[in-house]
Amino acid sequence: MKLKKQNKHLSVEPSGWYWILYILPALLIYTTFMAFPLLDSIRLSLYTGNTDATREFIAFGNFKKLFTDETLSIRYGGAFLHTVIFFLINMIIQNGLGILFAVIITTKTMKARSFYQTVIFVPTTFAVLVTGYLWKLLLNPVWSGDALTKLGLGFLSQPWLGSTQTALVVVSLISCWQWMGIPTMMFVAALKNIPQDCLEVAAIEGASAWQTFTKIKLPLIKPVIGMVTILTFVNNFNAFDIIFATETVNGAPNYATDLLGTLFYRTGIAGEHPVAIADPGLGAAIATITFIVLLIGVIPVLKLTRGDN
Amino acid sequence: MAQSGSLKKQNRHIFYHFIMIVWSFIVLFPIYVLLINSFKTRLSIYINPFGLPSKFNFSNYTTVFKDSDFLIYFKNSFIVVLLSLLLVIIFSSLAAYALAFWKKRNSKIIFFFMIAGMMLPIKIASIRILEIIKALSLLNTIWSLIPIYVAMGIPIGIFILTEFIREIPKELSQAAIMDGSSRFRIFTHIIVPLTKPALSTVAIYNLIPFWNDLWFPLIFINDEKSKTLLLGVTRLFGQYQTDWSKVLAVLTLSAIPVLFLYLAMARQFIEGVTAGAVKG
Repeated sequence: MKLKKQNKHLSVEPSGWYWILYILPALLIYTTFMAFPLLDSIRLSLYTGNTDATREFIAFGNFKKLFTDETLSIRYGGAFLHTVIFFLINMIIQNGLGILFAVIITTKTMKARSFYQTVIFVPTTFAVLVTGYLWKLLLNPVWSGDALTKLGLGFLSQPWLGSTQTALVVVSLISCWQWMGIPTMMFVAALKNIPQDCLEVAAIEGASAWQTFTKIKLPLIKPVIGMVTILTFVNNFNAFDIIFATETVNGAPNYATDLLGTLFYRTGIAGEHPVAIADPGLGAAIATITFIVLLIGVIPVLKLTRGDN
Repeated sequence: MAQSGSLKKQNRHIFYHFIMIVWSFIVLFPIYVLLINSFKTRLSIYINPFGLPSKFNFSNYTTVFKDSDFLIYFKNSFIVVLLSLLLVIIFSSLAAYALAFWKKRNSKIIFFFMIAGMMLPIKIASIRILEIIKALSLLNTIWSLIPIYVAMGIPIGIFILTEFIREIPKELSQAAIMDGSSRFRIFTHIIVPLTKPALSTVAIYNLIPFWNDLWFPLIFINDEKSKTLLLGVTRLFGQYQTDWSKVLAVLTLSAIPVLFLYLAMARQFIEGVTAGAVKG
């Protein structure tokens, strides 16, 4: 009798409070250091002042300043535009080349596939900072100019990172060099998931490689394309390290590579040159707009790529 | 017919190889330049930037080790990353265990609240985070980084582990309950051992962002003795700016740990990094 009761007690589902104990450490840390600061940053964007003691509510004052202040609005508009360009270059190249590389790597009859796969992913293991410094040296015409001229490639010796015309595009391409591995591997995983019989039927029906790609592979990996787009979007709207390494936090030359990430750092954390006093409220306003843009951007992509399956 | 088909196939392969060889060159050439020039002397890197050094010179590396705080930076990064990964794994596996077994609406709500962090860029919250770290008097210490990294790693940890634990046959834990095991014992003796592959995925997924993070050390730490490797690299970059061969030695040294780990276990790395996205 006693034994039966004990068994019953043990096999009964534990209460919610019991399970909360397991969840609590993760929940606490996640809430304190991520969820709460994220939401509270939105509140801070409505205040001015440097500390909690001196903080003053100014409603949308920071946002107004961001859009109407003479220099600040130019900086913000510029940073926003550069961020969009930076993101678009990354997205087009990473999705485009990523799919191409993935198709090649998943072609079963190809040789050296695993070698290529390993190579493509190598830069992803580097810190963005290391990549940035390395390319800064490689693209320095003083350093490589003579050697390139000797190879008949003198036209490559330009101040790519120093010219307002080319700096942003070149920095974006460096970022692509770094991150190609991730979209490629995501597409590889998606392509490997395509049922073999689908592809066999296509082969028997006499479909060309291009037809198989556009009619079978591409539609089936659509959710992953969406995922890559979202990842690129979220990461690039916060890019900072690459500009820090190649062009300093000021987005040199002449703010041509200033992104939202660097502007956010200068206004909200380090303080804009030459005063160097941070304005957390203004920084929080920049962050809040970025946050809203990300939410607005992510949701339709999610719907578009997985709503219909 | 079949022959022309295979000919076409062969041509396609040649085209594919061509593309991959070009890209491999684009990837490997900068790395080659990085490595060979780190073994040259200060001036010889200008004479023949793309050629092998006439004589391999290790003095850049010995200088970096002897004359700088490189080893301190390295140690700091090592401690921060290791502890963060450990805590991410412990906390998210505990939570994932509960979320997989507790089948109520509340559990679903908590699950979605936690995994929302996968999509949210934590940098946006930096201003508030900086104030919290200040309030906790953690500024300028390596301990400031750990709670942030743990918070960053938990969403993906819970996501991967909850899915994984849900797929473990329920009969196993039911049998253990019949034998009188406690829920916690089931966790430590059945769930954790069976979850090992997923635990290593979580660790690998988080390793690169933790080790390579510049942002949080940059805004939290100013004190030389508390700098992480990457933050130290920015300092050494400034210090050696006129001596590129030393800069390249620093860059090589900072890239080597993760690179070697990757080359040693490339398959797990690639699976780890793509895990979150493909399943989701």
